[in-house]
Amino acid sequence: MMERPDVKQALGRLLGPAGPEVGCDECFDQLDRYVELELAGKDANAAIPGLRAHLAGCPACREEHESLRALVGGEQLL
Amino acid sequence: MNALNAATVGLVDPVSALSTLTPAPPSLDAESREWLQSLRGNDTTGQEAIARLHALLLRAARFEVARRRPTLPHLRGDELEDIATEAADDALMSVLRRLDDFRGASRFTTWAYKFALLEAAVKLRKRAWQGREVPLEPEGWGMFSSAGLEPDAEAEQTELLETLQSAIGQVLTPHQRRVLVALAVNGVPIDVLAERLSTNRGALYKTLHDARRKLRKHLQERGLALDTWLEEKR
Repeated sequence: MMERPDVKQALGRLLGPAGPEVGCDECFDQLDRYVELELAGKDANAAIPGLRAHLAGCPACREEHESLRALVGGEQLL
Repeated sequence: MNALNAATVGLVDPVSALSTLTPAPPSLDAESREWLQSLRGNDTTGQEAIARLHALLLRAARFEVARRRPTLPHLRGDELEDIATEAADDALMSVLRRLDDFRGASRFTTWAYKFALLEAAVKLRKRAWQGREVPLEPEGWGMFSSAGLEPDAEAEQTELLETLQSAIGQVLTPHQRRVLVALAVNGVPIDVLAERLSTNRGALYKTLHDARRKLRKHLQERGLALDTWLEEKR
């Protein structure tokens, strides 16, 4: 299948995720629980619907999710 | 002050009902309970717990600074340390103010970390854009080019992109257009734009979300197959 990375990325940023999503405040409120569920290998997306979609659509929340996951995940390895 | 400004719209689109699905939080683990009891103490224990919490938050803030350091080559080490300390100070105030909000859905330390990471990330994004103009108009549509498409695919892409650019100009309100272009086309960080427009992240994301929904609806009504062009992750 033909790759269309530039258009896909650009359209993704413009049009955002397709499904329902939480907002930034709800994302922040749930982020700690979401990360711990992820690190425990559980289905965080099913437990907190709409948060994964928000992370796909909001670069700032996505960065903070990645940081929290890396920080807490790194501690668990110690 | 919490960088997200929690007084704004909490949910967007039809997700409101989703929050009712959230189960009751589990009981606190022993370590989290100890944190809460210590922080609520009025004696030396309380002061010691606050000092421990600040050290924890400073570690998280430094972690965030270290992750972002490659994007901030012009900042000296002492400036980055100042940012980390300021982020830890602000996060400490947020955590103490919102202590009653913690109900054990995660470990206390995970809950507290997110405040420090947020404060540090917001400060660093703003610092990176300090003194730079925030572009609110398209700087070009060059990113919408894919080389090597077959003629049929290229015609389909051209139609989609022309319709989209037209919709951005005609379907969106001026505010929605400025926000969409700044965030999704020009890559302005949402916290930077929020500061320049005297609003907050939650309100701006709601505007972005509404603009995106309008564009999707417009394209779908014209029979344009978005699935072909988007990597929809479910």
